[in-house]
Amino acid sequence: MLHPTIELPLHETASQTAGPYVHIGLIPHQAGFDIFEKNFSNVLVKPETKGERIRLEGRVLDGTGSPTKDILLEIWQANAAGRYNHPADRQEGKAIDPAFRGWGRTGTDFESGVWHFETIKPGRVIGRHGHKPMAPHINLWLAARGINIGLSTRIYFSDEAEANAADPVLRMVDPPGRRQTLIAERSVRNGAVVYTFDVRLQGEGETVFFDV
Amino acid sequence: MKDTAEFFQRDRSLQPPAFTPVYKTSVLRSPRLALWSLQNSLSEVTGPVFGHDELGELDNDLILNYAKTGQPIGERIIVHGRVLDENGRAVPHSLVEFWQANAGGRYRHKNDTYLAPIDPNFGGCGRCITDENGYYYFRTIKPGAYPFRNRVNDWRPAHIHFSLFGSGFAQRLITQMYFEGDPLIPHDSILKVIPDEAARQRLVAKLDLNNTVPLDTIAYRWDIVLRGKRSTLFENKLEGN
Repeated sequence: MLHPTIELPLHETASQTAGPYVHIGLIPHQAGFDIFEKNFSNVLVKPETKGERIRLEGRVLDGTGSPTKDILLEIWQANAAGRYNHPADRQEGKAIDPAFRGWGRTGTDFESGVWHFETIKPGRVIGRHGHKPMAPHINLWLAARGINIGLSTRIYFSDEAEANAADPVLRMVDPPGRRQTLIAERSVRNGAVVYTFDVRLQGEGETVFFDV
Repeated sequence: MKDTAEFFQRDRSLQPPAFTPVYKTSVLRSPRLALWSLQNSLSEVTGPVFGHDELGELDNDLILNYAKTGQPIGERIIVHGRVLDENGRAVPHSLVEFWQANAGGRYRHKNDTYLAPIDPNFGGCGRCITDENGYYYFRTIKPGAYPFRNRVNDWRPAHIHFSLFGSGFAQRLITQMYFEGDPLIPHDSILKVIPDEAARQRLVAKLDLNNTVPLDTIAYRWDIVLRGKRSTLFENKLEGN
């Protein structure tokens, strides 16, 4: 039905900060106790998951450049074939990987402020309206004390320069220098692939955040 | 086709801005540059799917899910309601998580040093999945107020934190629920960051005597609204989207 001018019957519930003790509800072992039999985690891969294993890590810096230590981070990503494990993804010719949900959560470490995920590098997903494929990317969402409404951003990969240059979302970001804030740097550590991605909440080099 | 529809643009006038000096921690943790508007692609309209097999039987019962030597001390309450979208449609089969302090306002968290004691039988967290009508419920102890370092004498009203998923990652929401009649509500530096009075009032759960268990547990009712989806009418939709 078309309702071009009428008011919606309901309004979205207002967001509030996750607060400093977000771990109690969402990562209880980090708060310091065990309660649930099954816990969500920062490890998205199982032995049978398809794709290149990567470690994604970084820090979240505040407006003074100091690492924050109480941030909740969640990622949502496609599988190695570039398909989301969700009924709305009907891309043809790309299989769901039953061993990959594509979602994980973690918190920055209370001492070091470093966070990390163990996941796979996603494939390319079709863009809006199916016009252009997007470059491989991971959707990142942050919530914490002092953050009144969750922040959305994307993580792209430094070794995908060609795909990044054609990505419909990156191309939109202006000035172009800000695109660099969305690109994780690839390195190899003890034979494992690591992508480093620091989030700068405010000030010099401020990360691009999206109103999704 | 309703699963692939895009979400309504978020009404930021009903949401707290990032920079709210009355809540001091926001000063250094708020982006100074504008958010970049991103029209929905598959990355935004999809999101994680959770199953009942991932939850335990007592996950929505905070009176029993950390009971060690007995039951926790405090006012026994049921919190229940529906998760809807802005069109008034139920949001079924979606994960709802919640966490809170105990009856004395103390959190079971290694960083909470408030002098009120831990309750040995209360963990303070739970979760459930909405049913086909978007309905959720859990049983708990009413949390106490507690002081926090903002202004020199700031106290949080009794509240329960909620985390919601919906069906797409763009609906992701964390918020807090308050209790009807709490005199701390108008003084709260964190609730104040929401500019719209009606939006603040919608975070307050109502006493629900009709759903109490007589001689056992009082009930509060709180409905949650996530972003709605628009119908896709005359848009070019190519194969694969």
